[in-house]
Amino acid sequence: MDAAALTSRFPTTQDLTGKDMPTYRVAGSDLLAVVSALRDEQGFDLLADLCGLELQGRPVRFGVVIHLLSTTHKEYVRLHVDAVNDRVPSVSSLHPGANWHEREAFDMFGIVFEGHPDPRRILMWDSYPYHPLRKDFPLAGIEVPFPAADVAEVTGQKVEPAPMMGGPFVSHGGKMSTGEPSALDQSWTEEKPKA
Amino acid sequence: MVKSDFGYNSKVEGEVIVTRADAVVNWVRSNSVWPMPMGLACCAIELMAAGGSRFDISRFGMEVMRFSPRQADCMIVAGTVTYKMAEVVRRIYDQMAEPKWVVAMGACASTGGMYRSYSTLQGVDNIVPVDIYISGCPPRPEALLDGMMLLQEKIRNEGGSLRRTFRGRTVETKIVS
Repeated sequence: MDAAALTSRFPTTQDLTGKDMPTYRVAGSDLLAVVSALRDEQGFDLLADLCGLELQGRPVRFGVVIHLLSTTHKEYVRLHVDAVNDRVPSVSSLHPGANWHEREAFDMFGIVFEGHPDPRRILMWDSYPYHPLRKDFPLAGIEVPFPAADVAEVTGQKVEPAPMMGGPFVSHGGKMSTGEPSALDQSWTEEKPKA
Repeated sequence: MVKSDFGYNSKVEGEVIVTRADAVVNWVRSNSVWPMPMGLACCAIELMAAGGSRFDISRFGMEVMRFSPRQADCMIVAGTVTYKMAEVVRRIYDQMAEPKWVVAMGACASTGGMYRSYSTLQGVDNIVPVDIYISGCPPRPEALLDGMMLLQEKIRNEGGSLRRTFRGRTVETKIVS
């Protein structure tokens, strides 16, 4: 790809010298123009992936990573966009395949994609109040009402935190272990509650 | 008089067999279970194998897999039930006509399995009354057949009432004429 053409035309674009593929940090305000230029002028015609991520210890908490593939030149490029105020412009007007990826990133992280044609959740139900892949969300979950009120009335069921039993269950480090994955905190069990 | 295993003597009773209506009804029900495959994850693949010629669920009178709850009387919950899907599972269960039975196939449907997470219902028995639990991840078709044969045995020994217990409460089915 023509890296010089990209960085000279978009001065805010920063080359991150990726080890496996060309990687750039792109400002949110330039994102649509950069993706459009890559698609129309440099042949990056396929959006291979779009995912949200949370980076702790950075001024901007959330980001979005976009992988583009050129089917003519057989090469990838990776774009990193910081989600300033949790907002990123939607690229689904340029690559329709980004639609559901952006809905998933919104569902899991709460990143708002501006200009998205259908900004709903995709995995959790519409009334779910949290974004489960955020670092401050516990794996077991948080108690909320059951999605359907009439079913909840009949069954008495709520969305409850899952019993973790001291988990999450991990395999312990070092060389390949032959033991089963176990909980880090084994001081409590189903019979003996957590102190 | 010839001794017989069952209490029937044609010379005394004529060509009539006296039995309880419950026993006849249960015998009929147990040999024509119409399952509704609620396939939600990989267990459904084993469920399909059980329907194929190698394992052949039709040997037990259950080959009539119905994809409409209104034509089925046994829901086989095969797979992980998420909270989002739980609502749908319950609504489909409600649409099945009485008498109806539920089989929780595999670890996920029985207990949530390995999915100790925010999105997964920890056992389908939280929302519908389950008759048979089958262990395995996923269970082999033989395990499913064994579970279904246990269900047949349970049906044969049921009382005539449509009363069932769910979460410690007795649920009585109303028959609307």
